[in-house]
Amino acid sequence: MSDNTKNIEEKKDKFLAEENKKRIVTGPDGVQFEVDPLQDYFCDKRPVAKDPKNKVIENFLNWARAESLWVLGFGTGCGNIEIPPLLTPRFDAFRYGIQMRPTPRQSSVLIISGYLAVKTLKRAIRSYEQMQNPKYVLALGSCTINGGMYYDSYNTINRLDYYLPVDVYVAGCMPRPEALLSGFNKLKERIKAGRAEGANDYANKFDWYKANQKKIIKDWNMPDYNW
Amino acid sequence: MNDIIVKLLWTLLGLFIVLNWGLLMGATMRKIVARVAHRYGIPFYQPWLDLIKLYSNRSSISHGVMFYLGPVFRLGGGLGIFLFLPLIYGSEHFSNFSWAGDLILILYFQFFGMLGMALGASDGGHPNSVIGITRGLGQFTTVEVPLTLAVISIALQYNTLSISEIVAAQQGGFQNWTLVTNPLATAAAMLSLLGLFREAPFNLVKAPNEVPIGPPTEYHSAFLGILRTNGALLHVVEAALFMNLFFGGATHWVEFIVKTFLVYFWSVFVGVVSPRFRIEQSVTWFLKIPLAIGILAVILYI
Amino acid sequence: MKEIIQDIKKRFNCTDEIEQSKTQTYITVKKELAIALITHLRDIEGFTHLVLLTAVDWIENNQFQLTYMLNNPTKKIDIGVRVFINRETATMDSAHHLWEQMATYQRELKEMFGIDFPGSPRLNEPFILEGWDNIPPYRRDFDTLKYAQETFFPREGRETNDPAEFMKKKMYPDEEK
Repeated sequence: MSDNTKNIEEKKDKFLAEENKKRIVTGPDGVQFEVDPLQDYFCDKRPVAKDPKNKVIENFLNWARAESLWVLGFGTGCGNIEIPPLLTPRFDAFRYGIQMRPTPRQSSVLIISGYLAVKTLKRAIRSYEQMQNPKYVLALGSCTINGGMYYDSYNTINRLDYYLPVDVYVAGCMPRPEALLSGFNKLKERIKAGRAEGANDYANKFDWYKANQKKIIKDWNMPDYNW
Repeated sequence: MNDIIVKLLWTLLGLFIVLNWGLLMGATMRKIVARVAHRYGIPFYQPWLDLIKLYSNRSSISHGVMFYLGPVFRLGGGLGIFLFLPLIYGSEHFSNFSWAGDLILILYFQFFGMLGMALGASDGGHPNSVIGITRGLGQFTTVEVPLTLAVISIALQYNTLSISEIVAAQQGGFQNWTLVTNPLATAAAMLSLLGLFREAPFNLVKAPNEVPIGPPTEYHSAFLGILRTNGALLHVVEAALFMNLFFGGATHWVEFIVKTFLVYFWSVFVGVVSPRFRIEQSVTWFLKIPLAIGILAVILYI
Repeated sequence: MKEIIQDIKKRFNCTDEIEQSKTQTYITVKKELAIALITHLRDIEGFTHLVLLTAVDWIENNQFQLTYMLNNPTKKIDIGVRVFINRETATMDSAHHLWEQMATYQRELKEMFGIDFPGSPRLNEPFILEGWDNIPPYRRDFDTLKYAQETFFPREGRETNDPAEFMKKKMYPDEEK
C-alpha cells in the first residue's frame, strides 16, 4: 500500500501541469507567499455517506427528487446527440420533470452517453464528484455496459460500474430518445423505491472505486476527492 | 405590542400567498413559453418540487462567509421590497409596513440583492464570476435609469413618495390610472420592466448555458433554493410595484392576481418573440428610447 | 498535373508515381529531399493547403510510411507525398515552419506511432493519451485486445458473432452451408 502511494505521489509530480505546481508568488503589496493550487483550489476531504433517517419523510423527499431530475449537460460520446432531441417538441422531456443544468453542482443526474475514453473518464469522475448527494448515473449505450464495438480498444473503458456507481443502463447502439426516456422512468422508479443510493455507495466503497480509477488513469495529477 | 405581532402575522400570511402565487405564476409563464414552442411544458407544480429537492439535498459546499451571505442578501432584497410594498389598497392587513417614503426605499432594495450577489461572487472562486457580475450590474444599472426617471416623474405628478398615496390618487376608475394621466412615465417604466424581469431579449445575464453567468453557477442545494425562492417572490412584488404605480393598484386579491399576471405577461410576451441581445446591445438600447421617454416624462412635470 | 509531376520527378528524384484519379496523384520521395519537395510544392506550384499528415506501419519491411497530403485550391488537384523512414530510428524532419497545424499532426504521430520530429513545438505533450506508459498504440506490434482485457475489466459473457454468418443462420436456417 505504502509503495503504491509513493508511486502515485511520484506520478503526481511527473504529470502535474505547470499552473498547478507549488510556487512562491509575490502579491501586489510586495509580500511573498506560497501558493499550492492543489490545496487551495481542490479539496482532499473524503466523501461521507449520509444515510436517510426518517423513512416517511425520506419517501416524500424521494418522490420530489424523482420528479425533479436535473441533468448535467456533459456529453461524453457519440450518444450525446440523442440528448438534445429530448428537449424538442417531439419528445419534450420537460413534462417528466427533466431539466438541463449547466453546472455539476446543481445537477443530480449524470448521463454517460456512449463510449468513454480514459481521458474523458477523468473529466467525468471530476464532474461526478462535484455533484451533490443524492446523485444518479444513467449509462447510455452498449459501450458503457461491456465496451460495445470498442471492446478491444486501447483507450475505451469496458464497463462503467467499476468506476462510477451506475443506477440505470440503457442498452443499444445508440439508443433512441424514446429508450432514453424509458431509462429515465426506470430511474424514477428506482429513486421512489429508495434504491438509488449511488452517492452513498460511492462513499462507502470509495477505496475500491479509486483503485479502479487509478489503475487506468495513469496521469493521476489531482487530489483524490475534488469538489 | 400586540398590534405589531398581529400585523407581522398578517404580513407572513401575505408573504405565503405571494410566494405561492409567484411559483405558480413562474410555472404558468414557462408553460406559456412551452406552448409557443409547441411543447407541453413542465407540470404546474414543478417549481415546488424543485424547491423541495433543492432544500433537501444532503450535502453542500461553502466557500466562506460571503458565499453564504450572497443568497441571503438577495433574499433580503426581495423581502425588503415585499415588506414596504402595500399589496391590497385599503386593506388594513395587507398593506404591510408601507410608510411615507417607501418608494425610495424600494428602489434601493432593488439594487441591494445584486450587490449581495457581487460580494458572494468574490468568494465563489469561479474565474468567470467577475464577468458575470459585471454584465449583470452593467445591464441592471442602465435598466434602473429609465425606471428612476419614471418614478421621479410620477412623484412630481402626485407630489408624494408614498406608494399608498399614489394608489389612492388613482382610485375611481380607469381614467385616473397613471397609465392614462402620465403615459410617458408608464412607457419608460414598462420598457425598463423588460430588463428588470430579465426575460428575452435581456436574459443574457441569467442564461444558464452562457459560460460566464457568474455566481449562480456556483450556488447549489439550499443556496440555489434561496435564490429560486427569491426569484418567485421578486417577480410578484416587482409586478405589484408596477401595478401600484401605473395601473391603479388592487383592491382585492383577485384584482391583484390578474394585474400582476398581466404585468409579468408583458415581459414574457416580448420575450417569446425576441432573440437575445448581447450586453452592449441591451445597454445601448436602454440608454436610447427608454431614457429619452423618461427624460421627457420628467421635463413635463418640472 | 502531368507537367508538375514530370518537373518534380526530375528535380527531386521521385519514384513510384501512382495516379489515383485525374486530380489525385501519389509520389514517393527520399527522406532527405521530402521537406525540400514540400516547400517547392507549396511555394512554387501553389499547393498551399495541407490536407493531412498520416503514417502507416509497414512492420514487414521495418518501415513507417508518412503521407503528406497537399491540395492546390486554385487548380483543385491533390498530391500525396510519400516518405519511407526506418522503423527503428523513426525520425523525420519537422515541417512545422511551413504550416502551423503541422505541429499538431506531428504531435499526434509522436504519441500514436512514436515517430520523432525534432524541433517541433509541444511535441511531447500528451495529445489524447494522457500518461501513456506502453509502446505507442498504433504500432502493429501493440496488441490492443490483450491490453484492453488486462486493463479495462471486461464483462463476462460477451458473445461475438460474424454478422454475415449470423444473419444467414437467422434468415435462412434451412439452407446448407
